[in-house]
Amino acid sequence: MISRRVVQILILGLFIASNYYGIKWFRGNLSAAKILDLFYLADPFAAMQMLAAGMLISLDILIGSLIIIGFYGLFAGRAFCSWVCPVNIVTDTAFWLRNKINLKIPSGQQIKITRQARYWIMVLALIVSAVVGVAAFEYISPISMLHRGLIYGIGTSWLIVLMVFIFDFLVLKHGWCGYLCPLGAFYSIVGKYSLLRINHIKEACTDCNDCKLVCPEVQVLDIIGKKSGYINYGACTNCGRCIDVCEDDALKFSFKKLKL
Amino acid sequence: MAISIKKYSRRESIRKMVGSGGLFAIGGIAWAGYADGATHVDLVLRPPGALDEPDFQKACIKCGICVEVCPYDTLSLAKSNSNIPIGTPYFLPRDIPCYMCTDIPCTVECPTDALDESLLSMAKENGTTVLDINKSKMGIAVLNAETCLAYWGIRCDACYRACPLIGEAITLELSRNERTGKHAMLKPKINNEVCTGCGMCEHACITEETSIYVLPVGEVKGKVNNQYIKGWEEGDEARIDTTKVYRDTQTNDQSTLDYLNDTESLLEDE
Repeated sequence: MISRRVVQILILGLFIASNYYGIKWFRGNLSAAKILDLFYLADPFAAMQMLAAGMLISLDILIGSLIIIGFYGLFAGRAFCSWVCPVNIVTDTAFWLRNKINLKIPSGQQIKITRQARYWIMVLALIVSAVVGVAAFEYISPISMLHRGLIYGIGTSWLIVLMVFIFDFLVLKHGWCGYLCPLGAFYSIVGKYSLLRINHIKEACTDCNDCKLVCPEVQVLDIIGKKSGYINYGACTNCGRCIDVCEDDALKFSFKKLKL
Repeated sequence: MAISIKKYSRRESIRKMVGSGGLFAIGGIAWAGYADGATHVDLVLRPPGALDEPDFQKACIKCGICVEVCPYDTLSLAKSNSNIPIGTPYFLPRDIPCYMCTDIPCTVECPTDALDESLLSMAKENGTTVLDINKSKMGIAVLNAETCLAYWGIRCDACYRACPLIGEAITLELSRNERTGKHAMLKPKINNEVCTGCGMCEHACITEETSIYVLPVGEVKGKVNNQYIKGWEEGDEARIDTTKVYRDTQTNDQSTLDYLNDTESLLEDE
């Protein structure tokens, strides 16, 4: 948990340091960045929207996107969401506050959204990009707005971030990241077959269900207490909160063995 | 905390599907409407080497690398409280103009080629290309002669001196001051073909509100129809041959002549 926050803030800090103090390790922002003045990284979802909008993407962006897809797709899974994304700090705070005031909405009055909605929003982002001719999600994305805002000045974009906070805090638990965010949906698909996985050891599990209380994507923990194995869902963000709360050492990070 | 999966009948699932489809459509229309509105912008100055505005907006990934590498802090990324598409780079020359770096770091470092090096490159004789910042077309300077001191007859050539293409993009037009009868006027005149839109003139203008300002190229573009010919310039007449003449009424030449020659009916008393 601590290391996750450290990574998140370090990455953000390096981008900010580059703009304000000229420490040119991480130039740009999460949409596209030049690392150590050597090579570019790029947001593959933004690149896909650009393609949908009818713009041939440049070689730098193509290679940068492939590096990112390769990293999360082969290695880290959906770790972008929990280890890098700045909105995660906002939504985690909302979740923490929600638990603090012990907010419980009676089940009849909860708003009902399917967790599949984000995949549809992702498809919609591509369709709207094609119709309007610009990368559509980039115009409304609280992720880009917050990250860009912290580096280059935020304007009134903090209101969008506040909306996400209030939505997660008062309306729907884990609402933004768990139900709506198309970038999270994109990384769920990219990270489905990654090697770094949460591994469950059933023999050690005491069925306390603490992991399910902290998990932002609780549906991925369906094997807990039932059988040992990897959490093989793309939606798992590899945040490791379940590992932190587990007092029985029934969960740990491990690499999936390749079957050759 | 077992996850229960609710079973729906066929009718229920069709209903749900139609409902979700409606939401999908409404969301898409609202989203497209917003994005379309947000992309329409007329008065924004882009960094050197920028593609045409619609292509620029397609290509720019809003990373801000151009902003970071600009040594003069000329560029900013648009915030949500301006009418410029969010996250895209722009500059306000009255605050900080483009100082026309010869190595053009903003364009060179752009990862998406929304700032396109090839638009600012010049082929040399030995086959290599060199960057030429003077090829940039960020905008065109426009002068307000009503408030320009030089046009009043007061000596000021601040914009002329500030222009990096002095004597080319801005020239001084010498004329007699008819009011005093004994002074000269040195009126700055902008050459649209040469002006790069860097905005150093706008930055330098000494009037309280600037009397010379940069507008995007598209806002200053005049175009002459092909039937207007500079008869005194050789070859200009060729343009008229490319003109198609459209008639929107069904007439023939004879009936036109008959009408014009029919003087008798004009003289008739009613």
